[in-house]
Amino acid sequence: MSAHSTAIGVSPKRGVWGGGNEPLKASYGKLMMWFFLLSDIFTFAAFLITYLAIRVSYPAYAGPATEFVGSNEYWPIPELVFDAIPFVHGVHAPLVFVGLMTFILIASSVTMVLAVEAGHRNDRNDVVKWMLWTLVGGITFLGCQAWEWSHFIHGSDTGVVLTYINDLGRNVTETVFGANLLVNEYGPASFANLFFFITGFHGFHVTIGVILLFLCFYQAAVGVYDRRGHYEMVEKIGLYWHFVDLVWVFVFTLFYLI
Amino acid sequence: MDIQENKSTLNVVPRDREKIKKIGKTALILALITAAEFLMAFTMPRGIILYVLFMALTIWKAKYIIMQFMHLGDEVKPLIYSILVPIAFLFWLIIVLIKEGSDIFNMRWF
Repeated sequence: MSAHSTAIGVSPKRGVWGGGNEPLKASYGKLMMWFFLLSDIFTFAAFLITYLAIRVSYPAYAGPATEFVGSNEYWPIPELVFDAIPFVHGVHAPLVFVGLMTFILIASSVTMVLAVEAGHRNDRNDVVKWMLWTLVGGITFLGCQAWEWSHFIHGSDTGVVLTYINDLGRNVTETVFGANLLVNEYGPASFANLFFFITGFHGFHVTIGVILLFLCFYQAAVGVYDRRGHYEMVEKIGLYWHFVDLVWVFVFTLFYLI
Repeated sequence: MDIQENKSTLNVVPRDREKIKKIGKTALILALITAAEFLMAFTMPRGIILYVLFMALTIWKAKYIIMQFMHLGDEVKPLIYSILVPIAFLFWLIIVLIKEGSDIFNMRWF
């Protein structure tokens, strides 16, 4: 009864579906994860393509970088908006912090692949080790994003004088600090709105990912997958985690580089 | 059924150096492309050429993540196509919305 197949990836419990067949040579869970991710690709694509459309409907800032001032008349240059790093105030370090965030997420993706690879080998210790590193990467990334948001919302020390229509429908001219959904000191209102919605939706995915990673880490550590006979759950959650990294690659290019 | 709480009942296969090396190589390529993007952001003049280069490099990175890390390249052909072909619809959306955005630009500013 407890005769486990030693071949990697083959076990009596996975593979064949209820109908006695195995469509596309993939297990049910893995296939459904792929189709969920396909639908998520469309959701994020809608967000990012909307960003492109609104971006091209505004003129870009054309003057020299040293004289850059935010305005709702033109789109800002991202490296002049995202130029702060934690713990040192007022230092101009363009894109350094988001670059770090990108490397953290890519690194956590690499440790996830290693966890999946260890899962194929039924090596519980390695799975637990790499899942833990992935978890650390994910949580660090979330912390970085929280700081990034906080900095974006609070803005610079000096602020920028803008003329805009306030929440009472009046046309006002005043100094604006940071960003909210109505007005921001960096660029047109859509700039901050898109930032909040796109990085927010991505951050939400990372949060869900971290919860899933923790559950997977815990189950692997207490031996649930050993008793189940295979480590396919690591693979499925790995797919989701790589997807989060994949989306960030696009968010990074569109938001911070272009 | 002699399954114990904290003892592995599965055969543990030893590490395969080749596989881990391949993962490391993919990670290195991703890091290098990202570093190149940074360099370009600060050294090249802003404009359509730079943006097209950025998008090309991004799609190149995406290819590595999907094919190597997500192992889509190891799946059967129908599964690969059922994931990749629907993405073709997005190219239509990109063209249409960028056209729409630039028309709004012309209406608003000229």
